[in-house]
Amino acid sequence: MTTALPPPKKKDPVQRTRQPTLPPGNRSREAHGLTAMAAIGRFALQTCAACGQVQYPPRQVCGNCLADDLPWRDVAPGGSLLAETRLHHANDLFFRDRLPWRLGVVRMDAGPSVVVHLAEDCQQGMRVRLSLNLDRSGHAVMSARPETPGPEWEDDLQLRELTTDPKDRRVLIVNGKTDLGLALAQGFSAAGAREIFVGHAEPWKASPALDAAKAVGGVTLFPLDVTDTDSVQELAAVLGGKVEIMVNNSYHLRPGGAVDRLDMNISRQEMDIHYFGLLRLAGTFGPAMRARGADGAHGACAWVNVFSAYAQVNNPAFGTYSASQAAAWSLAQCLRAELMPGGIRVVNAFTGPLDDEWHQMVPPPKLTSDMVAGRIVDALQKGREDVAIGAVAEEIMQRLAENPKEIEREITL
Amino acid sequence: MGYEGVAVCVPVTIPYSRYSLRSAHWFCGRALAALLQQAGIPKDQVDGFCISSFTLAPDTAVGLTQHLGISPRWLDHIPMGGASGAVALRRAARAVQTGDAEIVACIAGDTNHVDSFRKTIASFSQFANDAVYPYGSGGPNASFAFLTDHYMRQYGARREDFAKLCIAQRDNAMQFPHALMKRPLRLHDYLDARPIADPLCLFDCVMPCAGAEAFLVMTQDRARSLDLPFVTILSTIERHNAYPDDPIQIRGGWAMDVDGFYDHAGIGPEDMDFVEAYDDYPVICFMQIEDLGFCGKGEAPEFVRRHDLTTAGDFPFNTSGGQLSVGQAGAAGGSLGLVEAIRQLTDRCLGAAVTNARHGLISCFGMINYDRGLCSSAAILRREGG
Repeated sequence: MTTALPPPKKKDPVQRTRQPTLPPGNRSREAHGLTAMAAIGRFALQTCAACGQVQYPPRQVCGNCLADDLPWRDVAPGGSLLAETRLHHANDLFFRDRLPWRLGVVRMDAGPSVVVHLAEDCQQGMRVRLSLNLDRSGHAVMSARPETPGPEWEDDLQLRELTTDPKDRRVLIVNGKTDLGLALAQGFSAAGAREIFVGHAEPWKASPALDAAKAVGGVTLFPLDVTDTDSVQELAAVLGGKVEIMVNNSYHLRPGGAVDRLDMNISRQEMDIHYFGLLRLAGTFGPAMRARGADGAHGACAWVNVFSAYAQVNNPAFGTYSASQAAAWSLAQCLRAELMPGGIRVVNAFTGPLDDEWHQMVPPPKLTSDMVAGRIVDALQKGREDVAIGAVAEEIMQRLAENPKEIEREITL
Repeated sequence: MGYEGVAVCVPVTIPYSRYSLRSAHWFCGRALAALLQQAGIPKDQVDGFCISSFTLAPDTAVGLTQHLGISPRWLDHIPMGGASGAVALRRAARAVQTGDAEIVACIAGDTNHVDSFRKTIASFSQFANDAVYPYGSGGPNASFAFLTDHYMRQYGARREDFAKLCIAQRDNAMQFPHALMKRPLRLHDYLDARPIADPLCLFDCVMPCAGAEAFLVMTQDRARSLDLPFVTILSTIERHNAYPDDPIQIRGGWAMDVDGFYDHAGIGPEDMDFVEAYDDYPVICFMQIEDLGFCGKGEAPEFVRRHDLTTAGDFPFNTSGGQLSVGQAGAAGGSLGLVEAIRQLTDRCLGAAVTNARHGLISCFGMINYDRGLCSSAAILRREGG
C-alpha cells in the first residue's frame, strides 16, 4: 500500500525551509541518451542494430557483439524485482534529506538488470513496470512500480520527486481569458491542485471563459498583464512565495509574415507578450520558485510554457508570431538552466493549431482546448519535459528530426 | 607451470587509522621503508614494484617511482581494489620466475581523508556514475544490500548466520593489535545495530580507514641468503566479470576456476588449515565459502552454523579479524588476508596463531562496477618445508 500524501500545511515561517539540493548529476555522454528519452516520455534503451541485444547501462560498443551501432529503441518496460533495500544512510545531501529511500534491482524482460528507484508498494519477486523519469537534477533515472499499481500509487513520495504532479500544489495560470485558460483551470482543479490563481489582463474586456473560470473549484482571479513590468512585480509580491507550478499561457496570434505584412505594432506586441512577457515572469517569479524547490512534498516544481510548434520551424502564414515563439523558446532554455539548481522543471508544450478564431483559415486537424489542457496536466503528472501536443506538432518534430530543410520548404500545416 | 622457487615473505602492515591527513604516497612510501628495513636490503635492490591504491590520483604507480626515488625495471599498477592482493602475488611471482625482476615489492595502501570515501564512490566507474550513484548514492552499502537481500531470500540465510561470522571475526581481532575495533561484538549488538541499508546494519559494513599492507616476492634462494622466513605458492587464480548472465550476483569468479585451482595445488579444500577471505560485507564471505568448495551453493548458512570460525575453531576464518574488525584501508583490504596468511605460515603472528597451520587459502574480491563485484582472485600458500 502506498502511504497517503500528507496534506499541505500552512507554512511556519520559523521552521527551516529545506534548501534545494540535487541528486548526483554527473553523467557520461552516452547516458544523456536516456535523458532525451525520459524528457519526451519514451521507454527506450540502446539496442544493438547488429545482434539485437538491449544495453544497460548506456555504452558505445555492444556488450555482446562489439558492434557500435546502438540506436535507441522502445523496449518492453516489464520485469521482476530481484532484490530491494531501504537506505537509512546516504553520502549525498539530496538523499540524506529524504531518507529512508527505497531502491531495487529489476531483471528486465528485455534482458538487462537495472538498479531502480522503487515504489513503496513493490516487494521482492513482484512483477514491476519500469519507467524512465527525469530526477530533480534533470537527468534520467529508472523507477519501478507494481505492474498493477495499488490505489493512490501516485502519492508515493519517492515517485513524486520524479514527477511534477499538480496534486496539492498551487498553480498560477497566466492569461485565463482564453478557452485554453479555462480548460487549464478545469484540468488542474480535476487533478487536485490546492489553489489555482488565474491571471487576466485588460479588465475592461469581457471574457466568457474568465467568467466560467471563476466558478471552477479553487480558482482565484488576479490582474496580471505580462506586458507591464509593474503589474507582474505586483502579483509576484502577492503570490511569489506560493506558486508551485507556473503555467505561462500567454497567447497573441495574428496571421501574417514579414514581406506581405509589415506591421511593427503587431510584431512588437507579439514579442512583448511572448518573449518579454516570459522574461518578466522569469525575473519576478523565478527566484522564489527556485528557492522553494525542496519545500516539503508540495514545494515548487514546474514551469510550463505553452508554445506553438512553430517555435521550432517558422510557418510563414504566421511568420512574426512564429519568430516571437522561437525567441521565447530560446529564453525557456535559459530559464531551464537557471531553474535547474532549484530542481524546478521547465516543461515546454508545443501545440499544433488551436481550433480558435485566429486559426479560421487553417484546415484540420485543429486542437480543442480540453485536449491541450489534458495533455499538459498529464505531462506534469508523468514528469515530462518536452511535449508535442496533437498530430501536427508531432509531425513537425519528426520531420525536423529527419530533415529540417524539407519542412522549412514544405510547411503547410 | 607451478610456482617452484618463488618465496613470499616480509609481511608488513602500516597501522590503520580511521582518518589520516597523510597521502596515499606516504602510506606506500612507509610500507616500502618497512619492507626494506625488515628485509635488511637497500632500496636499489628492489627492482620490481606492484602498487594498488584508490587515492593516489592524479598519480599512478608511475608517479610514485619519482616520489620514492626508485628506478624499477618492472612496474605494475593493479586497479582491482579488493582483488588486488592475490593478483599482485601471481604477477610478481611470474616476474621473479622469469627473471624480469629479482625482488618485487607488492604494496597496497590508501589514505582516508574525511571526504575521500565520498569522492571515491561519487566517481567510481562510468556505469556507477550513470546507473547506480544517482540512485540514493549509497555506495557499496546499497550494492551489498541488494546482494544480501537476494541471498537471504534465495538460500534462507538469517541475520544470525551473518552475526556468527562477524562475531567470530571480532573475537579473532581482539588479539590483533592493528584492529580498529577494540571491543567484543555481542549478538544483540549486532542484531540491534542501527540500520544502514536494509537488511544491512552497522556491523555488516566495513569501516573505511587509512593504512597499507605489503610483502616481498623473490626467489627462495634469495630469501634464504637474506635469512628471511618465507611461504611458497601452490596455486593462484583470477577472473573478471564472471557469469555476466546471472541476473544478480550469487557467485563470484572463484566458482569458474575452483577445480583447476585445487588441481594445480594438488590438495583440496579439506587440506586448508585456515581461510582468509575478502569480507567487506558478510554475504560475500558466504559466497566465497561456497565457491571455493567448502560447501555447495546456498549451503554456507548451514556451514557457518556448524563450524567455529575463530582462530582456535575448526574452520579458522579471517584470523586477524578481517576488514570487518580491522578496517578497510582502501585497496589494502585486498592484501590484509594475504599478509596475515604469510604471518600465520611463518610463525610471525601479531595476534592469535592457528596451531600447526601448513596451508592457508586467501581469497580476494573487488570492484562493484555496476550491480556486482567484477574481480575475484585466490591463492593457496604453504609453509616452507610444510
